[in-house]
Parts: sequence; structure tokens; C-alpha cells
Amino acid sequence: MNTEKTTAAVGLHQIFLAFCNIGAFSFGGGISGLIHREIVHNKKWLSDTEMLAGLALAQVVPGANVANTCVYVGQRLRGVPGAAAALLGLLCIPFFATVFVYLMWDQLSAIPMMDSVVDGVAAAAVGLNLRLAMVGAQRSFPKIFPMLVMAATIVAVGVLRWPIIPVMAVLAPLSIAYAWPRKSADA
Amino acid sequence: MRDNLYLQIAAVMAPLSLIAVGGAPAIFAPMQHEVVDVRQWLTGREFVEMFAVAKFAPGPGAMISTLIGYKVAGWIGALVSTLALFLPSSLLCMAVARAWDKHRGKPWHKAVEEGLSPIAAGLVFAGILALFRLVDSGVLSWIVAVVVAGVMTWRAKIHPFSLLGIGIVIFLAVAFARKLV
Repeated sequence: MNTEKTTAAVGLHQIFLAFCNIGAFSFGGGISGLIHREIVHNKKWLSDTEMLAGLALAQVVPGANVANTCVYVGQRLRGVPGAAAALLGLLCIPFFATVFVYLMWDQLSAIPMMDSVVDGVAAAAVGLNLRLAMVGAQRSFPKIFPMLVMAATIVAVGVLRWPIIPVMAVLAPLSIAYAWPRKSADA
Repeated sequence: MRDNLYLQIAAVMAPLSLIAVGGAPAIFAPMQHEVVDVRQWLTGREFVEMFAVAKFAPGPGAMISTLIGYKVAGWIGALVSTLALFLPSSLLCMAVARAWDKHRGKPWHKAVEEGLSPIAAGLVFAGILALFRLVDSGVLSWIVAVVVAGVMTWRAKIHPFSLLGIGIVIFLAVAFARKLV
């Protein structure tokens, strides 16, 4: 896996357009998966590790996680202007679309089987996230300790619904300590 | 007077931006309290409807702030409200990301990234559990999610639109089947 990628300068308009695309297709909370797909898989602008680190960071810093992820990616690619381009790109289509849906809500919710369409889209969006989680899981697969850390995170945050910050405060140092001596093994 | 209203919107949204630890779900309750109970800009019912609209429309769930701004003060209100909710946290995140990037290339930097990656994967899984608790369509949602993830694994080039289409087709097919039975 390529983890030490040198990023060729990506155009600001490319960042803006990529995140416009992400914003336009982000339904039902599956946005992290969509960002990973577009930025890592399709454009190859970041490595899996950089993306996952960004996702973790985005959840620790306050604010909408998706917006933070955009800022992280944009900043990584082109500094402050890159972050601005990413955030603007992410929000510009949803800004108008959300108000449009609000104005049309009575008509839209009267369409028969609209519930099924909405649930279907939301479930598919979760599928995008599931794929991302699988990529993350694969990265730690043969190693027992990272898998334990992942399992502990799922149980603590997903099942027991403990708050993220204290959970990370305990798990992150352990996991990083484990990664420490292996720093050259993966290159 | 109008300017005053924009300022009020910003004064409600900007602090929420900085207390949204763990993302937008953390601030829906205080946001509702502020705009419904304290300022009385909208009724509880309107807030719930806006929540549903924001979930339905593309974009982050925090786009509910756009709708509140729009309801209170039109398009400029929508803009002010959106920026006030997204900018403060984004600036903070920007500062953290910049500080983080400064140390790129150092051995410990890579160890931290490696160490965070199983936690991030766990958080994504946890997020999936939380979303499914919210949508409550049970087994069918899981089936669709697994099918979509599988298709992405084997057909890597597929467009997101087709992936969302898979979900719509499966849910509609089941809904039709239920009607016929």
C-alpha cells in the first residue's frame, strides 16, 4: 500500500469540483465513504492511511464531521485556499438543494412510496461507509492489536454509545504506541 | 433591524459550531432549544420538519441551519446561518490540520497516522450502527448496505448514482411486493 505519496499540485478548481460532486451525491450520512471513494480511490490524491487519519481528526475537532474532513483534505492538498475550495464545493449544491426541497416538501412527501426511495438511498449511502470501514479493517487485518483497537472502538462508541473524546484519549495512545516501532516496516 | 436579525442568527449558530463535538447530532438538541424555545423563530413541528428535509436533501445533516436561516431571514439569512455554523469549526479544524501537516515526514507522524487508522475504521463502523438505529428499517437496510459495499468491491468504477439506485430499486421492489401480498 502506498502510504508515502508525494502529492502533485492539484488545481483549486479540481478540488472545488470534486467536492461539488461529493456534496451533490451525499445522502443519508454516507458522506465519509463518498469522500474516501472520490479522493483516495478515484483521484488518488491521498493514501488510505492519510484519509483514515483525517477522518479520526475530523471527529475529534468540533463541527460537522464531513465539513472537517473536507477541510483536512483541502488543506492537505493546497493549504488554506484548498480547504476553502473543498468546503465551498461541499456546501454549494446542498445549500440550494436543501432550500428547494424545503419549499417543495409537501409535494415531495405526497409522492407515493417516497419513504421507500428515501430509505433506499440512505441504506445505499451507508453501504459506501461500510466499504470504507472494510478498507480500514483490511489495513489492520493480520495484526491482532489494531484489530482489538478497532473492535474496542466499535463496542465503546457504536454499542455502548460512549462519547468519542474519552474513548480516543484511551485508545489512541495505545494504538500509536503499537505503531511506533513498526514505523519503517510498512514503507 | 434586518441586520440585527442576521447578527442574531450568527449569534445562535456560531457557538453551536464550536460545541458540536462528535458532529452535528451533538447540537440538534441545543439548537432546537435556542430557535424554538428561546427565540421562538419556529415551532417544534417546523423544526422536526426541517430536520427531515435536511436528512432527505443532499449534504450534511447540519444543513438544517440553512433552513432555519432561510425561514428567519430569507436567502441572506440562509447564507449567514450556514456560514456561522460551518466556519468557526472549520477554521479550528484548519488550524489543527495545518499544525499536523507541519510535521509530515517525521517518523512519529507516520506512527500516529498508522495508530489512528484502526480507530477511524472503528468510528466509521460505529457511525453505521448509529445511522441504522436512526433509520430503523432493519434487515433490509443491512442487505442494501452489504450489496452496495460488495458492488463497490467488485465493480470499482461504478458511479455513486448507480449505487444509490441499487438502494432505491431494492426498497421499492420490497414495498411493491408487500403491497401485492
